[in-house]
Amino acid sequence: MTYLYIGKKRRTKEDPRFVMGRGRYVADVALPGMKHVALVASPHPSARIASIRTEAALAHAGVHCVLTGEEFCANTDSLQIGVDAPEVTRWALAHGVVRYAGEWVAAVVADTRALAEDAAELVEVEYDPLPYVIDPEASLEPGAVLVHPAHGSNVLYHRKFVWGPVEEAFEKAEHRIAFRAVWGRNATVPIETFGVAAQWDAGTQMLDIWASIQMPKFPDQTARALRLPGNAVRVHYDVDVGGSYGVKRGIKHTVLVGYLAKRLGMPVRLIEDRLENMRGGDMHGPDRFFDMQVAFDGDGTIRGLKIRAVDDVGAYAGRSPLQLAKPVTAICGPYRIPAVEYEPTSVMTNKTPQEAVRGFGQSPTNFAMERAIDRVARHLGMDRIALRTKNLIRKDEFPYTIPSGSTYDSGDYHAVVDKALAAIDYPALVRERDAARRAGGLAGIGISTCLEPSGGNSAFEVLFNPKNETTTWMDSCLVRVDLSGAVTGVMNTSSSGQGHETLVATVVGEVLERDPAAIRVVRADSLTALPSNSPVGSRMAIMLGGAAAGAAKKIKAALLAIAAHNFECSVEDLEYANGDVSLKGAPEKKLSWGQLVTIAHRNIHKMPPGMEPGLQEKFVWDVPTGGDLPTPEGRIQIYPCYAFEAHVVYVEIDRDTGKPSIRRYVCGHDCGVMINPDIVHGMTYGGIAHGIGAALYEKFAYSEDGQLESGTFMDYLIPSAFEVPELKIVDHCTPSPLTTFGQKGSGEAGYLGAPAAIANAVNDALEPLGVSIDRLPMSHAAIWERIATAHDTGSPTNEAGKR
Amino acid sequence: MTETLNAITVEVNGVPRTARVPARLSLVDWLRDELRLTGTHVGCEHGVCGACSILLDGEPIRSCLLYAVQADGHRVTTVEGLAQPDGSLSVLQDSFCEAHGLQCGYCTSGLLIAAQALLDANPHPSDAQIREAIGGNLCRCTGYQQVVEAIRLAAERGAGKITP
Repeated sequence: MTYLYIGKKRRTKEDPRFVMGRGRYVADVALPGMKHVALVASPHPSARIASIRTEAALAHAGVHCVLTGEEFCANTDSLQIGVDAPEVTRWALAHGVVRYAGEWVAAVVADTRALAEDAAELVEVEYDPLPYVIDPEASLEPGAVLVHPAHGSNVLYHRKFVWGPVEEAFEKAEHRIAFRAVWGRNATVPIETFGVAAQWDAGTQMLDIWASIQMPKFPDQTARALRLPGNAVRVHYDVDVGGSYGVKRGIKHTVLVGYLAKRLGMPVRLIEDRLENMRGGDMHGPDRFFDMQVAFDGDGTIRGLKIRAVDDVGAYAGRSPLQLAKPVTAICGPYRIPAVEYEPTSVMTNKTPQEAVRGFGQSPTNFAMERAIDRVARHLGMDRIALRTKNLIRKDEFPYTIPSGSTYDSGDYHAVVDKALAAIDYPALVRERDAARRAGGLAGIGISTCLEPSGGNSAFEVLFNPKNETTTWMDSCLVRVDLSGAVTGVMNTSSSGQGHETLVATVVGEVLERDPAAIRVVRADSLTALPSNSPVGSRMAIMLGGAAAGAAKKIKAALLAIAAHNFECSVEDLEYANGDVSLKGAPEKKLSWGQLVTIAHRNIHKMPPGMEPGLQEKFVWDVPTGGDLPTPEGRIQIYPCYAFEAHVVYVEIDRDTGKPSIRRYVCGHDCGVMINPDIVHGMTYGGIAHGIGAALYEKFAYSEDGQLESGTFMDYLIPSAFEVPELKIVDHCTPSPLTTFGQKGSGEAGYLGAPAAIANAVNDALEPLGVSIDRLPMSHAAIWERIATAHDTGSPTNEAGKR
Repeated sequence: MTETLNAITVEVNGVPRTARVPARLSLVDWLRDELRLTGTHVGCEHGVCGACSILLDGEPIRSCLLYAVQADGHRVTTVEGLAQPDGSLSVLQDSFCEAHGLQCGYCTSGLLIAAQALLDANPHPSDAQIREAIGGNLCRCTGYQQVVEAIRLAAERGAGKITP
């Protein structure tokens, strides 16, 4: 299939306003008379609030309000939770007790942020410290301190899924291994913190909200918590979001600011400072360990897999337990593994709550899985690539249904692996590594092969909570052609750098054969919007792209119908080219784009009877694989499309300091048809960089006494241009049979396989020493400690075994 | 308590601006909130992320680490001052669009400032020198790959020495 605009190198629609400094982020929204919020945070991981004295703060210059949990919780409802745990209530402000260090206790509103901060320091809170639990394994112990005593347990969700004859596979297999892999608590940490501004209009009884969001059902949840009808909350989606990659939810911030704006009758804004963001912004990502068991034969055939995953969501829940559910949809990765046991446990501790992070739990799972593959190869003395090649699903096996009931749409995994290996010149890379080793260095090659499920519905909610039957997960687009013949696409959500305006313009331009550069894309607000579920789960190329194409096709059909009516012929007799319609075989019988548009808008006497005048069409599309409920065994299809990535990375480690340096990096990537290759590549590069951070640097570290030790960019280390090397992406294209143009999702690409590949490279480098490391991040100190252990004992050991 | 105000005069994007500011007002807050030059962004407020980078007398600095009073008598260039006199994109800005050297745009202003400072001092930098120059600007979207490509392209197209 050849396209006019899809897949071509084309400039984006968004970039010019950003390079001019003319983006409009929430911190740029200045409402007349706007007041500013500063927060008082708990210093204790667990405590009873004995008293809060606000008089001194209220007396401070410019202060309008000091709000505490007592008033706030009485007048708003608890935020929604993704699993069935109604006693795990959550508000923006603590009431009675605090459950993590950094939890907000009071909000101060003043004329300026500086005055609000001054006054926040004058709020006197008296605490009676309570026992707390920080370690997730301790939290699972009988008799552990309960984070939410009313819930009766620290476990939010636990289930053992068994798909296929797992025990039989483990009995009959010739070999078995078991190990623990640990994924450290990190997050996407956008450079823009979360922010929200709100304004209540007493005349219209409506709350206007501008927020830095990427969140499904955000207006609905805001209205519910504020006890307002849905149509009393208007969220403005034309706010540029300064990065999100999953975490920009900010629902608690929004309910707080919405409440304050309504209560005070003044516009109110909260922009987190960095410490508030890191400690109390509730945006930490998965904090997870895996107990992995693999059963396999001597020839490398993998027969079965057992995964126990324990995820520490912190002190409150939200949707975070569901990050253990997405991996169900790709539980055996890109491999043919006939029997899988999966035992997820979501546990609470007295730490900052977890939020959705790029991949929604898939990247940690891929890391554990790819460490398992490398460990199997090492156990057998088999080449890691040969082992993967043997077990990867073959091109002719698609569509392929895995034991957990999900069907992979398409792929050519072997071709992508071959391309990646060729691009890095793998034989030469092996020689380079071996030469470095002979020279006394520590050098390793890492490989990972994994999947990106994309475009799905939200049925992990249903899988983890039988009381929830949400299977609809649509997206929509409205396309208008105005009197001048100009085309406008209307989308219904905010964006955080994914280039959705370019996506809509490209797709609409493709269908209508009109130049995308001349197509404008705007955003409705939540009261004028068609339904959308926001850009989560790598869904927009599929769902918004599909909706925009669907609306444009209806416009094209309308143009053809108008021409057929005027030529008194059938639509089949007509030809459409660049917006003009002519009679087949008689090109002089033609109605131009401009003429057709004029008829549609001005000449009802030339319109087919019954056709709506004007030229605008909406298209609301649901997930192409539908929305079935899970089977009793928990088999389910959530995502229609599966992209594939193969990472090859070369790492050298400084023996004296433990510092790893990534010398070469290639990623083979197949996400089907790319709408705009620059955008896909950009997100993939960024995903790899994010993965480098997760693998080597980034951690929300907690002290034993429950304090966040990495709350600034001095200690929470985001990779810079020094740590991220030159990256090379090799494209491959296996179209999806399920989508409009063969596209698959790709917003999480790179991040899904990078930590696994880097972990495998570091372990390959350490292998000659007989030590291994299966705990992320692999900090310099942690790697150095492994090297030192090898030197001290001279005998093989492994880190997990030590604990 | 009333804060003491200090008179300052700063040349911002070629235009002298005068103001009376409290001593504790940061330069970035003055630029953003008082002058409404919102192209300069705040990321960490402790001098690490580089999103708030501006040129002070031609040198890239973090405007979150400087008070507005400290800029008195100096020359400031923000991202809004990078465009050509007729308002069209500079070679550097255009190159960022061509190479798609950005996504969400939040860190972009700081990267443009760092890159312009580099190209003004060294019109033909190596990739290593480009990475060195942007090493203090954190970007979460791009992995820096297309940023480096954009700056390389800008250098090839002669982007150096255009700032006021």
